[in-house]
Amino acid sequence: MLRLRQNLTPYGFLLPYLLIFLLFWAYPLIRSLLDSFDDSRTLGFAFSFTNWTRLFADPFFFTALKNTLLIMVVQVPVMLALSLGLAVALNSDMLKAKGFYRFAFFAPLVVGTTAYSAIFRLIFSTQYGAVNQGLNGLGLPSVDWLNQATPAMTVIMLAMTWRWTGYNAIIMLAGLQSIGSEVYEAAAIDGASKWTTFWKITLPLMRPSILFTLVLSVFGTLQLFTEPALITAGGPGNATMTIGTYLYQQGFRSFNFGYASTIAYGVAILGAIVSWIQLKLLGRD
Amino acid sequence: MGIQSKITASTPRPRQRTQNVLPAVGLHLLLTLGAFLFLAPLYLMMVYATQPDNGIYSGAVWFGTEAVQNFQNLQADTNFLRAMLNSVGIAVLYTTISLLLTSMAGFAFTKYDFAGKNFWFGIILATLAIPAFVTIIPQYILMASNFKLTNTYWAVILPGLANTMGIFYMRQSFQSVHNDLLNAARIDGASEWRVYWQIALPVVRPALAALAILLFLSSWNDYLWPLLVLNNKDAYTIPVALGTLVGLNRVSWGGIMMGTAISTVPFLILFVAAQRHIVAGVAGGSVKG
Repeated sequence: MLRLRQNLTPYGFLLPYLLIFLLFWAYPLIRSLLDSFDDSRTLGFAFSFTNWTRLFADPFFFTALKNTLLIMVVQVPVMLALSLGLAVALNSDMLKAKGFYRFAFFAPLVVGTTAYSAIFRLIFSTQYGAVNQGLNGLGLPSVDWLNQATPAMTVIMLAMTWRWTGYNAIIMLAGLQSIGSEVYEAAAIDGASKWTTFWKITLPLMRPSILFTLVLSVFGTLQLFTEPALITAGGPGNATMTIGTYLYQQGFRSFNFGYASTIAYGVAILGAIVSWIQLKLLGRD
Repeated sequence: MGIQSKITASTPRPRQRTQNVLPAVGLHLLLTLGAFLFLAPLYLMMVYATQPDNGIYSGAVWFGTEAVQNFQNLQADTNFLRAMLNSVGIAVLYTTISLLLTSMAGFAFTKYDFAGKNFWFGIILATLAIPAFVTIIPQYILMASNFKLTNTYWAVILPGLANTMGIFYMRQSFQSVHNDLLNAARIDGASEWRVYWQIALPVVRPALAALAILLFLSSWNDYLWPLLVLNNKDAYTIPVALGTLVGLNRVSWGGIMMGTAISTVPFLILFVAAQRHIVAGVAGGSVKG
């Protein structure tokens, strides 16, 4: 009897979470996989590849995919390099007023996506935005930020960089500070320059935190929705349409649940592939 | 908290005084420029929240006197007071329940051996790597069709309670609690629930605080899911209310900026007060258990 009670106790603690987990995570995961293989033209479940063949022939999906990958290839590396530089700078003992700099760079991490999307939409507005007023003040011409493809994409990338650089820098800072000072002292004794020390010691030892921020950023980018939806409404044309806004449009504007599930699983497969590549490249231990 | 002490302490390193002057000046210049760029959008948000629309359009860079008028516009455009109430209610409920569920589960995974332990933990961990988009449509159908909870707090809260990150974080935190401490309480006749509630939980209070702040913030700032399950003005949260305004053509930007300021400024103040907890929470999510 005692043994039985002891065996059930942990389940008592686990059960409330487990029920929610099974109902709102495990079941939907399987359900959307089945939906992606369901022929939506028939009532009830009928196995079919129609959604998947449609996905691979859908020009809008490929536009969304191209835009998402562009952000992944341009914005993510730039942001992570900035985060790394920031983490190293904030950790430097040359730096005074650390509290101020931490506040300045970490403050965006409490700002919600809707809030900063609104701010960026306003300050990059063509007629009266602060950015164009600043450019004019310097004698430079205005840029039609939100109504041209490349500038619109640039604004979204700038907004994301503004929001997430500090967040990633915190994670890298934690990684940086877990490196023991003995390693650096040994390097200094051996006469290694700061530059060599950074490339040969700091960077390799930071691989886990860099990999972690990379995976987080890639997953975040794959699911990008609020910024393109609110800053540019996916436009001009479909120039800033992402997989996220396309999924929203198919699922919750056109109510093609089966096809939207297929797009969602497309995202998951893409995420798995990219993570696998990242692990191969960076995570050898 | 190991992480937070590591972050505040700087690593002592050998320095060479004369050589460091030029790089030090450069470093400060660069970071000051960066800090200016990073703070500018927040500063402008606060300025615009107090300016009339024509003040914003003509390039105001200092505070105006229209704060009250902007709030009235915002309240007229969308029931903002109601949205604030909804956001607070949802964030408080979500944070409380989520802390309870994830700490109980984390406790079970750390302090007990039981059949299926590795199986369940493996499954929960595996879903960390799955984008949330994959579950969103069945979750929506569950809420809208099966449970008919659309426009309620529960519709917003329930799916987010399956919070994998929280379990992971709590499990890590409970590993620092000594088993001897728990066994001493058991010998004194404490029930397993009391061991968890009165002995283990107080020990991990700093971790709970860090997680609470992150959970509260994520709930407060969440947009897509509330947008899907709330379609009645009186049920909107702040992000949904703001989102509907941003998309419109004829809007009061002063009002919108007042709304973003109201949803942001309290957390900027909180950030100054609770920086250690917030930083520890963000960093804690990344440390291996």
